[in-house]
Amino acid sequence: MFISLVAVIVLGAIAWMGGATPGLQYLFGIVLPMIAVVVFLAGFIWRIMDWAKSPVPFSIPTTGGQQRSLDWIKPARLDSPYTKTGTVGRMLLEVLLFRSLFRNTKAELRNGPRLVYWSSKWLWLFALLFHYCFLVVFIRHFRFFLDPVPVAIGMMETVDGIMQIGVPRLFMSGVILFGALLFLLMRRLCDQKLRYISLPNDYFPLLLLIGLVGSGLCLRYIGKADIATIKEMTMGIATLSPHIPALPISPLFYVHLGFLSTLLIVFPFSKLMHMGGIFLSPTRNLPNNTRAVHHTNPWNPPKTYRTYAEYENDFRDLMDEAGLPLEITPEQAAAKE
Amino acid sequence: MSKLPKASELAKSISYAFPKVSWMDTKPAFAPGTWCYPAKKDTMEGLGMPNPHNWNPAEEDWNLPENWEEIIYNALKDRLEKYRSLKVFLDICVRCGACADKCHFFLGTGDPKNMPVLRVELLRSVYRRDFTTVGKLLGKVVGARKLDKDVIKEWFYYFYQCTECRRCSLFCPYGIDTAEITMIVRELLHELGLGIHWIMDPVSNCNRTGNHLGIQPHAFREIVEFLCEDIETITGIQIKPPFNEKGHEVLFITPSGDVFADPGIYTFMGYLMLFHEIGLDYTLSTYASEGGNFGSFTSAYMMKKLNAKMYAEAERLGSKWILGGECGHMWRVVHQYMETMNGPTPACMETPKSPITGTVFHNAAATKMVHITEFTADLIKHNKITLDPSRNADKIVTFHDSCNPARGMGLLEEPRYCIQAACENFVEMPENTIREQTFCCGGGSGLNTEEIMELRMRGGLPRGNALRFVQEKHGVNTMACICAIDRATLPPLADYWAPGVSVTGTHELIANALVMKGEIKRTLDLRQEDLPGVEEDE
Ligand code: SF4
Ligand code: SF4
Repeated sequence: MFISLVAVIVLGAIAWMGGATPGLQYLFGIVLPMIAVVVFLAGFIWRIMDWAKSPVPFSIPTTGGQQRSLDWIKPARLDSPYTKTGTVGRMLLEVLLFRSLFRNTKAELRNGPRLVYWSSKWLWLFALLFHYCFLVVFIRHFRFFLDPVPVAIGMMETVDGIMQIGVPRLFMSGVILFGALLFLLMRRLCDQKLRYISLPNDYFPLLLLIGLVGSGLCLRYIGKADIATIKEMTMGIATLSPHIPALPISPLFYVHLGFLSTLLIVFPFSKLMHMGGIFLSPTRNLPNNTRAVHHTNPWNPPKTYRTYAEYENDFRDLMDEAGLPLEITPEQAAAKE
Repeated sequence: MSKLPKASELAKSISYAFPKVSWMDTKPAFAPGTWCYPAKKDTMEGLGMPNPHNWNPAEEDWNLPENWEEIIYNALKDRLEKYRSLKVFLDICVRCGACADKCHFFLGTGDPKNMPVLRVELLRSVYRRDFTTVGKLLGKVVGARKLDKDVIKEWFYYFYQCTECRRCSLFCPYGIDTAEITMIVRELLHELGLGIHWIMDPVSNCNRTGNHLGIQPHAFREIVEFLCEDIETITGIQIKPPFNEKGHEVLFITPSGDVFADPGIYTFMGYLMLFHEIGLDYTLSTYASEGGNFGSFTSAYMMKKLNAKMYAEAERLGSKWILGGECGHMWRVVHQYMETMNGPTPACMETPKSPITGTVFHNAAATKMVHITEFTADLIKHNKITLDPSRNADKIVTFHDSCNPARGMGLLEEPRYCIQAACENFVEMPENTIREQTFCCGGGSGLNTEEIMELRMRGGLPRGNALRFVQEKHGVNTMACICAIDRATLPPLADYWAPGVSVTGTHELIANALVMKGEIKRTLDLRQEDLPGVEEDE
């Protein structure tokens, strides 16, 4: 935890200095983010290709419900899909609604002994909130890269800011996102189990995201950064004619950008790749029709097994005495020798 | 063998408190009762396994081959190239902890490394260092560590404390399947000549004699005929099952435990009685007399090797399709691996069609292998057999879903339908412990051996607890299952956690209730105990 915290703070500080030093603004405001985007895209694709390079030798779906067998038994079409469509459905549920996490329970051992299982949906709820709010915030940021701003984004902002609090209007997504991140962090710190399994590389992305979202919130609500100038800069990047605007931008913006760049660079090499990996998980993305449809293993080795002939050779006399049918009778076998 | 503590004491010893030191700095203490006996050198040699040698887990030196590091590196590299599952699962875990308290071994031992996430982390840490740049550069900070002999010991310890039940995989948001990792790590350990006796001995037997128990063909026949005598005592009906005969429609294969071990034998008698009653045209085989596949607990190669006999025998005998008995891991292999490994099926085989009801099993169009509860449920649905549930009236029955049919197949309703047709009283255990959420018997994946009885009882705690619950609440006295390993592991589990509950196969219940043409008035159940109501009559 501490290593990660220190790392994030140091990163933030470097970015701040970079933003505050005129000579370095170009580096931190333009070069670094552009490199980050390239690393992210290339890294992401490379990782997916690398996974895809290894074959799926066996079809091993984890079945979460009744198989399709007899006509009158109702199959679980999504939890144990038999068809392609069902499998796509299962994946959609998994990716969009975190189906498996929704099952989550918490086990407790009481005196007796008695094991009790509680339905425990907190992780599911906050994970879902985090991911969706992140998506909304991500999409909202397109206003910085598109001119004119698409109507859809405007509409989204209207809904997001429907509570009509404060100036500038409070977007719920950002606040919930921040809250969800804090929950996920607190969970990691307070739950013994989680603290025990957590690695610095689990805290790092969380803290980085907290930094990213936190700095973003500060920019909008506290520092009230000059949006027009920022947009001038981001549009420059988007139109591939990057430049640092004449008007000064708060160093906090550089911190925001620095965190983002770090996130993008780290992404393909970290557990954040679960975003891509989930689509390739063979326990989820294959239909449970393995007895009906052939699945090919590209490296299927040749069959080597003890054949019946070898078996009979070994046990011929005993089998004969027991009256078991034989391919070659003991007499025939003796004649051959 | 170490002494088994009392259930109450064992339960008290479980604590979910975590140690202060990081898991990377703790080592397993190889206490008796926590590890399985090593495979014999001869056995391993006989099977052509790599680096066979004598060793003992309790000793400091495991006599690893000299270049053991290189062997592991190359083997892991090879598996990474062969299995996308391995690569993806090693890369994308976010350590969210959703799987942590889903494993029966964690719930029963409180050992942090029995949390599925840490179990995989034992391999993942090595993978990070040897196969990722970040791990190479940053080491421990990103959870990477060097492979040393202690890591190998740790792998042996914890990957033989996983029963490949896949419960963790159900709850993981990315479907990370620790069973898949366990299968692969066991393969890696085998490359160093490390395996366990309880698995490798059956593998060797199965290869040579056709079944895990090493029953030779003539003895196999004798045992079955002996069971037929019991059937005659009970029903007055003489059954002569065909062996190794060509030209029958169906080849029937079940785990050999059913033929040999109590209470599996009653289930086996149940199959024979059912087949006789409906006049099924079938044969047994002594060559392919094992449905179970301990090879699947060894390596993909060994799984294939043992499984290959099934199709080979169907081809030799000219069978149209295979009917498979009640077994858990056998059905994982049949359902998800068999056709890929040893298909396509021989030309004589056809999509299975029940000769009694005409039902075509399209769901088995490729493997041409039907589960016996699918087959029987179909018979019952079409009223092709007469069942008298009052013969099971003394039983209050619950059903234990075996891990593999539940999470590797989705066979949930068929056995329930059969049991409910054959019994008057059926009760489910709590919902978090059944169906796809079912808990392991504590002895799957080849861990049903005596020397780790304490570990098994610990792993069996969640199942035992759920059983105890329905025993107290509804008076449950019988637990049905569809697995030969269960029939071996659940009786001691029930004795320990819910004394007074007996364990039965589903087809034992069916056969008790089965009204057969020409039978004598039945007074005995298959265990030759009085049927309910018999005493009052007299
Ligand atoms: S549930 Fe899956 S992602 Fe979460 S810690 Fe377990 S294995 Fe990792
Ligand atoms: S497969 Fe089963 S035994 Fe193995 S780690 Fe997962 S829950 Fe535990």
